[in-house]
Amino acid sequence: MAEQSWRQLGLTDQEYAMIIEQIGREPNLVELNMYSVMWSEHCSYKHSQSALKQFPTSGRRVIQGPGENAGVVDIGDGWAAVFKIESHNHPSAVEPYQGAATGVGGILRDIFTMGAQPVAFLNSLRFGNLEDARGRYLFDGVVAGIGGYGNCVGIPTVGGEIYFEDCYQGNPLVNAMCVGIMPLERLVLGKAVGVGNLIVLVGARTGRDGIHGVTFASEELSQASEERRPAVQVGDPFLGKLLLEATLEVIEKKLVVGVQDLGGAGLTCALTETAARAGSGITVELDRVPLREAGMHPFEILTSESQERMLLIVEPDQYKAVEAVFRRWELSPAVLGKVTADGQVIARFKGEEVVRVPAASVSGGAPVYNPEAQEPEYFKRLASLDPLDLPAVKDFNKALISILSSPDIASKEWVWRRYDFMVRTCTVQGPGGDAAVIRHRESGKGLAMAVDGNGRYVYLNPYLGGMLAVAEATRNVSCVGAEPIGITDCLNFGNPEKPEIYWQFKQAVAGMAEACRVLEVPVVGGNVSFYNEVEGEAIYPTPVVGAVGLLDHYEMQAKSAFVQEGDIIYLLGAKEVSLGGSQFLKKIHGQLYGKMAGLNLNLEKQLQDLLRYLISEKLLQSAHDLADGGLALALAESCLAGGSGAIIKYNCTSRPELELFGEGPSRVLVSVSPELGERVKSIATESGIPVEEIGIVQGDLLQITSGSDSLIEMKIALMERAYREVFTWIME
Amino acid sequence: MKFGVIVFPGSNCDLDAFHLIRDILQQPVDYISHQTADLADCDAVILPGGFSYGDYLRSGAIARFSKIMPKVAEFAARGGLVLGICNGFQVLTEAGLLPGALYRNDNLQFRCQQVSVRVENSDTPFTNAASRGAVLKIPIAHGDGNYFAPPELLQQMEKNRQILFRYTDEKGKTRIDANPNGSLDQIAGVCNETGNVAGMMPHPERAGELILGSADGLFIFKSILNHFLSKEAVKHG
Repeated sequence: MAEQSWRQLGLTDQEYAMIIEQIGREPNLVELNMYSVMWSEHCSYKHSQSALKQFPTSGRRVIQGPGENAGVVDIGDGWAAVFKIESHNHPSAVEPYQGAATGVGGILRDIFTMGAQPVAFLNSLRFGNLEDARGRYLFDGVVAGIGGYGNCVGIPTVGGEIYFEDCYQGNPLVNAMCVGIMPLERLVLGKAVGVGNLIVLVGARTGRDGIHGVTFASEELSQASEERRPAVQVGDPFLGKLLLEATLEVIEKKLVVGVQDLGGAGLTCALTETAARAGSGITVELDRVPLREAGMHPFEILTSESQERMLLIVEPDQYKAVEAVFRRWELSPAVLGKVTADGQVIARFKGEEVVRVPAASVSGGAPVYNPEAQEPEYFKRLASLDPLDLPAVKDFNKALISILSSPDIASKEWVWRRYDFMVRTCTVQGPGGDAAVIRHRESGKGLAMAVDGNGRYVYLNPYLGGMLAVAEATRNVSCVGAEPIGITDCLNFGNPEKPEIYWQFKQAVAGMAEACRVLEVPVVGGNVSFYNEVEGEAIYPTPVVGAVGLLDHYEMQAKSAFVQEGDIIYLLGAKEVSLGGSQFLKKIHGQLYGKMAGLNLNLEKQLQDLLRYLISEKLLQSAHDLADGGLALALAESCLAGGSGAIIKYNCTSRPELELFGEGPSRVLVSVSPELGERVKSIATESGIPVEEIGIVQGDLLQITSGSDSLIEMKIALMERAYREVFTWIME
Repeated sequence: MKFGVIVFPGSNCDLDAFHLIRDILQQPVDYISHQTADLADCDAVILPGGFSYGDYLRSGAIARFSKIMPKVAEFAARGGLVLGICNGFQVLTEAGLLPGALYRNDNLQFRCQQVSVRVENSDTPFTNAASRGAVLKIPIAHGDGNYFAPPELLQQMEKNRQILFRYTDEKGKTRIDANPNGSLDQIAGVCNETGNVAGMMPHPERAGELILGSADGLFIFKSILNHFLSKEAVKHG
């Protein structure tokens, strides 16, 4: 075969040699294309596998960890939560609406493929500067695409996070998460079991869209990326909804033995993965694939990423019943072939055999790389700079307004009012709080969910930053009263073949794994997105953690708003804060450097346990995590959420900007009815959690004083405008 | 009182209407497939929200041709109660069962938010549980809710008291910034001349429990129930 063939398809000479070794001959062009997509970074995890082994993936509730379409966690009484997060960064960089829409559609299929009813979407987004027209175009397009798909399929989009940094200018991050619920006994896996069972394809016709989408996702972006527009798939949410309803119906009626969605690498991935997981083989006739256009080459049929398609494994005598269900949903299934025993995936086209490859080789035979890792030059340099060496800030009111109105911090209502967050009438806490809460009608339980990731932190200190991401996502879930039961992660990094990038990756994963171990929260699935670089410039390393928590009764949830005049405000948890990597440093000084406050994982765990106890005992009026912008912003947010003011007497022992805006983990702001104050204080103290009374909910001002110094005094109505109107000003 | 919730391919608020009627209103309710050619024993029919047939072409434009729609028209002609919510409202205007049309929101964006609507006519089967001028908090979630009717038609509708709801602020004042989609005259819901077919963009089925943000949507469902019970009383009295 001509040398450039495999190189053009993104395979190295060494990888090509491995293919020959594994199949005992040179692959033909169709087979080579299959290897190319399956051995791409996106599908094979060849640069990440070894590091990901550090994650704890088991636990008393874990039914299904990583390796399937989504993770499955037992929530009791015969029910399970199913969830996963996935990136759609590269497609969104060239075609924001469709890139984001198909990201949502893809993660949706991952959930119902397992047999679960999807109940919520979340997303984590990063864009460049909104002063730039292209930045606004990408932002607006992605938001429209997420809404366009999610609103139409009728699954609420209930939460997320959005940050803006120059490093994401040409390479936005679009990570979509979906959560589902199902009866445990309904679980089906993507396994082609049972020799003689039928391989059935249903859903959209196969077209030329999305060919080599996964190889596109596994290379850096450049000027030439615009030519990759055809590698972006086009979504059809209406068809997605029909497929969702019909698939859940055949699973519920136990008419299928295996289900797999067609996502990245299309039919190639679905055939080889289902066969490899079951240790079986599959023979298919490609002529039977319903096509959107004439004249498609077998390799195009096998690698097309046309959306809204599912592969089912069906016992022959159940097929008629399966067909009847799909026909009722106006879908036409096609029998492509059968499960065999020989471990080979064989495809015939126009009477000729065009593919004969071992399933395990294509889907699991890719090399595992342990790239060189090297601490980047910037690491020690940036850590040695101290934000307190900067000139002292005098006007804290101005600083507060400035941070409140920055796109990172300001209310994202402009975004989430474009998402239907209420459909299914189970959203008992929607966007804008620490975590969203979805009630489960049948059991009365609640599922809390949040996504968190802070690229600035991870850039400055990948190990600590990785820990912080897990700590914050789980803390957010605990702040509404839910016990974190599992996480899914989306690891967005640059090119892993660069030692500095791989160092960031290894360090961040190690930190996340350590936090998961101590906080006893398993990783049940996720996704790695490498090559987030434009013209050689990488994004900040951005691991995003999606945490899911369980509330025994959804009515027990807490919210972040101050609700009652006279309630006492306490600060619970760690004392240490820093301006290193803070929003204050970014917004006021335009800098990113310094050391972040350390994280004591044991204290973090105790704090989260305490919070959940206080909430379950109905001792709190509100609970709110201290995150971006520190104490001042957390106070402002709780005031704004409840429309009430607060009078805070805080004893500053160091520079006020550090105390007001310094950031640090394991800190939570709670408000408590006066008569319960002493009880909360003593329970916290007994639990070994520092507790400090800092003020009361009162009036229509946020007033913060230290001794006789007034640090902040601002009308809530004024903050309201800064907080709520920014996106309208920028975008409209 | 028996409710039927019609399910078109792409309906997605069918479940919400079903649960409100069964769990909160505690009345019998069934899903009715768009393929059914029979409204059986229904006393009231709900056309739910969603994206019937993907809302491709134009919202509601394809659903109006589905097999169930001639039956809905017959049911309405016999005086049966028909309520279209959001996409259901769009389908009813497309089918000519309600006057006017729903255009793209003037802001060109999908909007999901709580809004306030004022009850303009409380003498209808859909509003009798509220008083005229009452302000209800009910959420919207749509991209095509910008109500339009030509001037002569609008005048006629006013005369017939066919305007059921208007978007207002929390105090019941009509204000430009309280109109979420550019609707003509702030119109949020209308009925037909005989008053037995109604459509509204806000979702009363999403406002049936305080934990969801409001229970004001119950006024609409209780009105339907009141109307039915008083009719029954007359029948049997």
